[in-house]
Amino acid sequence: MSDGPLPVVSYLKMPEGGKPYLEGHRCDVCGAVFLGERRHCSKCGARDSMSTFQLSNRGTLYSYSIVHRSFPGNDVPYISAIVDLEGGGTIKGNLIGIEADPEKISFGMPVEVIFDDALGRKDGDGNSYLSYFFKPA
Amino acid sequence: MADAYVVGVDMIKFGRFPEKSVPQLGAEAALLALDDCGLTIKDMQALYCGNLNQASGMVGQRLLQEIGQTGIPVVNVSNACATGATAFREAWMSVKADVYDIVLAVGVEQMGKGLLGGGGGSKGISKEGLLGSGTMPSVFAEAGLEHTRNHGTTFEQFAKVSVKNHHHSTMNAKAMYQIETPLEVVMNAEMISYPNTKLMCSVNVDGSAAAVIASEQKARELGLMDRAIKVRASVLTSDPWQERDLVMPDVNSCTRMASKSAYEMAGVGPEDIDLVELHDCFATAEILHYENLGLCEEGEAGRLIDDGDVELGGRIPVNVSGGLLSKGHPLGATGIANIYEVSTHLRGEAGRRQVEDAKIGLTHVIGLGSACGIHILEKAA
Repeated sequence: MSDGPLPVVSYLKMPEGGKPYLEGHRCDVCGAVFLGERRHCSKCGARDSMSTFQLSNRGTLYSYSIVHRSFPGNDVPYISAIVDLEGGGTIKGNLIGIEADPEKISFGMPVEVIFDDALGRKDGDGNSYLSYFFKPA
Repeated sequence: MADAYVVGVDMIKFGRFPEKSVPQLGAEAALLALDDCGLTIKDMQALYCGNLNQASGMVGQRLLQEIGQTGIPVVNVSNACATGATAFREAWMSVKADVYDIVLAVGVEQMGKGLLGGGGGSKGISKEGLLGSGTMPSVFAEAGLEHTRNHGTTFEQFAKVSVKNHHHSTMNAKAMYQIETPLEVVMNAEMISYPNTKLMCSVNVDGSAAAVIASEQKARELGLMDRAIKVRASVLTSDPWQERDLVMPDVNSCTRMASKSAYEMAGVGPEDIDLVELHDCFATAEILHYENLGLCEEGEAGRLIDDGDVELGGRIPVNVSGGLLSKGHPLGATGIANIYEVSTHLRGEAGRRQVEDAKIGLTHVIGLGSACGIHILEKAA
């Protein structure tokens, strides 16, 4: 078992003594942005063209759904949100801190990326995880 | 290159058949399609068999073990929800390429109940409900609300798609359900992922469909041109890069690419199409595809459903079979079942749901991941 929490996805980085952040990969040739380790660009086909950069913690709501039926044990309803980040990159996560009601949610609303424990979920070895969430900014 | 024709085509009534094996289900449709053109498995020169859930299980060979092991080449095909259309297209290409002059394509699937998708990787912890939702109802809800964002499409307009398709299925004995679902029933059904209620999600069913495809020369030799259906276009695309790809599967771009190519190949435009069977895996998806297939202008999809243009008797009837929403969606069978539906109208054999004077029809499927298959069909002259 790990001493501390593990990152929920490979592109959530937890530098020692620093704040967690999300990492993107950007193609040096065409500027396309990706999540997770990769070597080549699937937009323009350039090889060995990727540079890493820190994704912004600010963005806007692009689209969403309000999930009422999920897997057993998951609390519903919750908002599954797609967020365009400032400076490039689009990520998906739970939008919290707002009522799960279409009347209360607006497209383009500014959101902030926050980091917190992964809803108490642990893997088979008992490790806990650090995840990310969106909240209205 | 000479044209290729569908000379025999049929499907089983979709339903739940847990007592049957996948090859047995596929064999039923294969025999129906052979009966439709008065041929036997001994006349077939190759089999293209589409199935998803047993992709490594040699379903095509096991199907022949049910109805006749003639030693013909078998190609097993898997391409998500475009599996059936892909099997059909591979069969069509083999005839177009003059490798064979008569072949069989089968699509078959046995489904469980419940939510599809959202499984994610096996490492670490479940991401479902933690990093949003990956279930199909949610993915297509998000794609639908993208349309709402861009064009103001309403929950009610999405729901009307389901009302229409359930109504159509009351005239189709091969559909899983034949039940009217008024608007308030659809909108008040259990919410799965807003804006998709339970009645706006396709039905998981078992099913199979099959088609016999022949060259023009072979069809004439066999005296089968009377009911033959010409394949005017067959197109398959994968998903081009889009900036939100990694979190938002894009069902629009691959459909737009495919429809553009299909209209060019067929030498027709959307205005020439008399009926469409499109991939209404969720009510939200159908709305997107009105525009993706060029059935209306950008942003006009909501108006199309409001005005009744896409109902039986309307300007361009869509999913008169009942669609995936009510006929059911056995993943690997759906692509060929759509071809059966359009062919049946072009032959004038669709009974109460017949689209009058149907001459040209279009079928469309999307497999997430992604694949889009489009066929344009016409009654042989």
